[in-house]
Amino acid sequence: MSFMEVTAFLWEGFQISLLIFAVTLICGVPLGLPIAFCSMSKFKPLKALSKIIVWIVRGVPLMLQIFIIYYVPGLLFQKPLFSQVDRYFFINYGVADAGRITAVLIAFTINYACYFSEIYRGGIESISKGQYEAGYVLGLTKGQIFYKIVLKQVIQRIVPPMSNEIITLIKDTALANCIVVCEIIKQANELAATKALVWPLFYTGVFYLLFVGLLTIVLGRAEKKLSYFRS
Amino acid sequence: MPVLEVKNIKKSFGKTKVLKDVSFSLEKGQVLVIIGSSGSGKTTLLRCLNFLETPDEGQILVNSKTLFTPGQKYTDEQIRENRLHFGLVFQNFNLFPQYNVLQNVLLAPTLLKKGTPEQLQQQGKDLLERVGLSDKLESYPYQLSGGQQQRVAIARALAMQPEVLCFDEPTSALDPELTGEVLRVIKGLKSADSTMVVVTHEMEFARSVADVVIYMADGVIEEMGTPEQVFDNPQSEKTKAFLHGAQSF
Repeated sequence: MSFMEVTAFLWEGFQISLLIFAVTLICGVPLGLPIAFCSMSKFKPLKALSKIIVWIVRGVPLMLQIFIIYYVPGLLFQKPLFSQVDRYFFINYGVADAGRITAVLIAFTINYACYFSEIYRGGIESISKGQYEAGYVLGLTKGQIFYKIVLKQVIQRIVPPMSNEIITLIKDTALANCIVVCEIIKQANELAATKALVWPLFYTGVFYLLFVGLLTIVLGRAEKKLSYFRS
Repeated sequence: MPVLEVKNIKKSFGKTKVLKDVSFSLEKGQVLVIIGSSGSGKTTLLRCLNFLETPDEGQILVNSKTLFTPGQKYTDEQIRENRLHFGLVFQNFNLFPQYNVLQNVLLAPTLLKKGTPEQLQQQGKDLLERVGLSDKLESYPYQLSGGQQQRVAIARALAMQPEVLCFDEPTSALDPELTGEVLRVIKGLKSADSTMVVVTHEMEFARSVADVVIYMADGVIEEMGTPEQVFDNPQSEKTKAFLHGAQSF
């Protein structure tokens, strides 16, 4: 196999890595918000529930969570629940017959949403009480105080830890190969197994490195753009 | 007719009684200065006026309208409307760091639609001129000195045109060389239609700006009167001891 052929083959896998990355971010970033608000809720049962969920999700390996989401519906209902979804959305992504990709996307989204929620919570709780009080005495509503005063300060504070998580995420996508989703490392393994080519396995690092380089630039710009004020 | 009437306010935090039956009233245009040692309840009193704390007992009236009476449940909306009668300048400014000076002043009037954008813009600039910051409109809070930040905070409070403007130790967080500029601005606000309540440790300032002085100790008004009465001829032993302590070193 030529270098170009290997590159194309690996690129097919990396597209799935990118798909997992993008869907996890698009769904996980907003989903983290309600989880964060529940963790800060004054309603004790809701707070406890959300803390327990976050504890479990952060306390169990992501690989195990992928296994659970993939296998448990099958064990309960005697057939994979997500295969229809896979066929509908991801028919072009190789083994799209058993709900594998959908299971991975759900596991990643829940997992990362919980991590994001803790970052949000930390950011929101770090804003001083004085900012809220300044808003209150000016006669602003709670919503106005959150959206017009607190939110931007929170965003400024959470960009660095979010950048870390986002960079970790693209590398975590390799875990999808535990249920035979053909992400890039699975593809490279395929070459090792069927064509006795080991070097493509190492070559996959280049894909990750380039993408992380791009992310670093984009996230660095976001951080710089928000550095016009100090809180 | 008094602008502000405070009747029998009581407030406890757990078992600590912070305010034990505080009453006073204030006429329009008067400046009330509250002095007293730390922990005497001065700040809690201001926070009750601004509905940042809820009194356990007592009443608060503005222009004879009862804003607070205990036992009654107030909605967020009612509390918010009540707050509009008062302004508060904090000890540590609490400016909004992501907004520049003019935006800090305009934020609340704009969100609460107190006028057209052009009117508000002009009013904001006028206020900032009044506190001597016309050249800092575009600066962000972190670029300003403490004294300048506090003057922005004063302009921000004035922009909502409160009936009673409160100051909670406005110079306590400032370096000594910066207190003067802030105190001068506060003094400059004194006029026939600006009613103010100032908590301060600056005795000379208190004497020069006050129409009424209250000395608070242990959650009660120990002494109340004109600056001459309280500073030059205190009746209570506690007041004498406090004033003596403030002068001697």
